[in-house]
Amino acid sequence: DSVKDSRRRSRATESSWPGRQGNQYTIRGVGGDEDDGTEIGEGGDEWMHGKTLIKPPDQLDLTEAELKEEFTRILTANNPHAPQNIVRYSFKERSYKPISSVDQLAVHFFLEGNLLHRDSDEARRQKAKQGLPDEKATVVTETEDEKLETPAAGGEEAGDVEEGGGEDGEQKLTNQFNFSERASQTLNNPLRERGCQTEPPPRASFSATANQWEIYDVYLEEMQKQEKNKEKAKAVPKKEDDKGKKKLTLSDDLTKVAKVAKIIERMVNQNTFDDIAQDFRYFEDASDEFREQEGTLLPLWKFQYDQAKRLSVTALCWNQSYKDLFAVGLGSYDFTKQGRGMLVFYSLKNSTYPEYNYPTTSGILCLDIHPDRPYLVAVGFYDGCVAVYNLKEERPEPVYKSSSKSGKHTDPVWQVRWQKDDMDNHQNFFSVSSDGRVVSWTLVKSELVFTDIIKLSLVGAVSEGPEACGTSFDFHKQINYLFLVGTEEGKIHKCSKAYSSQFLETYDAHNMAVDAVKWNQFHPKVFISCSSDWTVKIWDHTIRTPVFIFDLNAAVGDVAWSPYSSTVFAAVTADGKVHVFDLGINKYEAICQQPVVAKKKTKLTHIEFNPVYPIIIVGDDRGYVTSLKLSPNLRSKPKEKKGQELPRGPEVEIAKMEKLLSLLREPENSKA
Amino acid sequence: MAEVEETLKRIQTHKGVIGTIVVNAEGIPIRTTLDNSTTVQYAGLLHQLTMKARSTVRDIDPQNDLTFLRIRSKKHEIMVAPDKEYMLIVIQNPSE
Repeated sequence: DSVKDSRRRSRATESSWPGRQGNQYTIRGVGGDEDDGTEIGEGGDEWMHGKTLIKPPDQLDLTEAELKEEFTRILTANNPHAPQNIVRYSFKERSYKPISSVDQLAVHFFLEGNLLHRDSDEARRQKAKQGLPDEKATVVTETEDEKLETPAAGGEEAGDVEEGGGEDGEQKLTNQFNFSERASQTLNNPLRERGCQTEPPPRASFSATANQWEIYDVYLEEMQKQEKNKEKAKAVPKKEDDKGKKKLTLSDDLTKVAKVAKIIERMVNQNTFDDIAQDFRYFEDASDEFREQEGTLLPLWKFQYDQAKRLSVTALCWNQSYKDLFAVGLGSYDFTKQGRGMLVFYSLKNSTYPEYNYPTTSGILCLDIHPDRPYLVAVGFYDGCVAVYNLKEERPEPVYKSSSKSGKHTDPVWQVRWQKDDMDNHQNFFSVSSDGRVVSWTLVKSELVFTDIIKLSLVGAVSEGPEACGTSFDFHKQINYLFLVGTEEGKIHKCSKAYSSQFLETYDAHNMAVDAVKWNQFHPKVFISCSSDWTVKIWDHTIRTPVFIFDLNAAVGDVAWSPYSSTVFAAVTADGKVHVFDLGINKYEAICQQPVVAKKKTKLTHIEFNPVYPIIIVGDDRGYVTSLKLSPNLRSKPKEKKGQELPRGPEVEIAKMEKLLSLLREPENSKA
Repeated sequence: MAEVEETLKRIQTHKGVIGTIVVNAEGIPIRTTLDNSTTVQYAGLLHQLTMKARSTVRDIDPQNDLTFLRIRSKKHEIMVAPDKEYMLIVIQNPSE
């Protein structure tokens, strides 16, 4: 009964729903017991009112309270048939252990399926075999299939078993339902970037071109280095040189601009005096054609030096090697005004400033530039000293100077002349002075060694009578030992180096001191002399009387033969005029008489012809040097005869002169 | 040293000279009598021209070398005297 009652009272249908266990469903007193037919619950549904209550006979009689009692029925998913106390042996604990979780699955129905997924390998294979386009898995042959029961704890599905493709093959078949990738990931180390940057090395951009001349330069340097190495191998290496060189590079850079500055100065001057430069080079006075025989002098540059203003030009000399360089000696002829002097070198390329200048304590009276060594200059002073300057050296003093110990003159030195090197290859020069001595000086190492060549005396023989004063001399161009000396008394002596006791000849030349005596540049016998007695005389040294005499109406300061013609000479006078004579054209008169200085009071003191260019330089007593160009008439050469080649050269000149002389001699001979 | 200074002074005071510039081997002016911008301009341009001129001369004959360069224009004349280490530029008005 109790069973019945339990069924009757409350009905709780049991159903095994997956995953739900123990759901409680409480149905209150619902009639509807399937076993007993339909019963109407009390107080329940309204539609049951129609029917009358039929009580079965064996129904329990319960009290109201008992009827309202609620009985709970629980739905669980437990399988009532499952064993609840399964025990297994655990090898770990060596005892029987009850299994807590028991399989609650009750398999009600099992049917093997024969469905294949169409994309699986097996299906494809079968399709290929059968050749059927059907996608349905109609293949029944399942012998190849393997059934895999997937035992897994908890939550298995009934009925479906997947086929696992265990074949080796193309693709790894993965279980669609229960596949887990066994991937594992290690810890990724945290990444850190470490960078460092160095300072970029200093860069300089370098560019060069490989030209022919650069290659040449490099070769030259190499050669020089090699030569230096050779020298060093021979000589002792000097460490001081390096230090010296280093000092040079550190010192002020302007010293290296010197050369460039010089060039620039010349260029600037050339620009300023451009017309003069052009005249010097190219101008030829066309009007000379109209003047029959006369010529003119075209003034070119004027050279003056500020510091030499009060001095007068006492000596002029062209440099034989550098034809544009000339030396000017400055001093004073005035006995009362004796002071300092100066040696100045000018170049035609720069007329505003001298190239070299050396101040001296005493006035200079004469100078001569060595013909072979253009850097050696011999100078004679008013105080009787002689000195030699070396232009190559920087210092302002002379390299050699005579002193009272070394036999200097006691009177002003009027003329110096370089001679050829003696047998020991020492340079030597001669000087003549008012003290009557003609002295030869030799440059030996660092000293001047003097030798008296001759002593002049008033009367012919030496060491007789009072001494005469020499005022000028000149050496013969070809005959080395022969020279002429002009004296203050107006006499000219012909002397020889070999004979120191006797004169070869004496000429009664002038009434006053002989200012200049010069041999002709071509003719070996002719010489010229000039004096303050207003005359210029030309001599043949074999004849005791002059061949030509010219009166110039003023004291003649200097006379010079021209280097291009044996018959042309020029003289300067105290009235500021330059007289140019050409004996080939006019034997009696000058073909040019031209004042060349502005003020008439200036006296012209010296004149020199340039060895190559047709210019002359004239010095005056105010310290100025004026350069003048000779017009064509003054430089005339004998006219060419048609058909005949005109012979040039010294022979022609000599012949010219000879012809002149012979003309003169004949009347003499006829006279005599 | 003093001589060079004197020479430069003389050049600067010479008749017609407008300005002088001393330029070193890299084309940088180290001495000038003109204003800065003009100097820089002259130095730069003339340096290049001088290099070119020298290159020309030496290409023709490597034993030869450029002594000086004159550029005469309508207004004035520019004279450049190059050296191994320095270059001197003078601008002169010759007709003055």
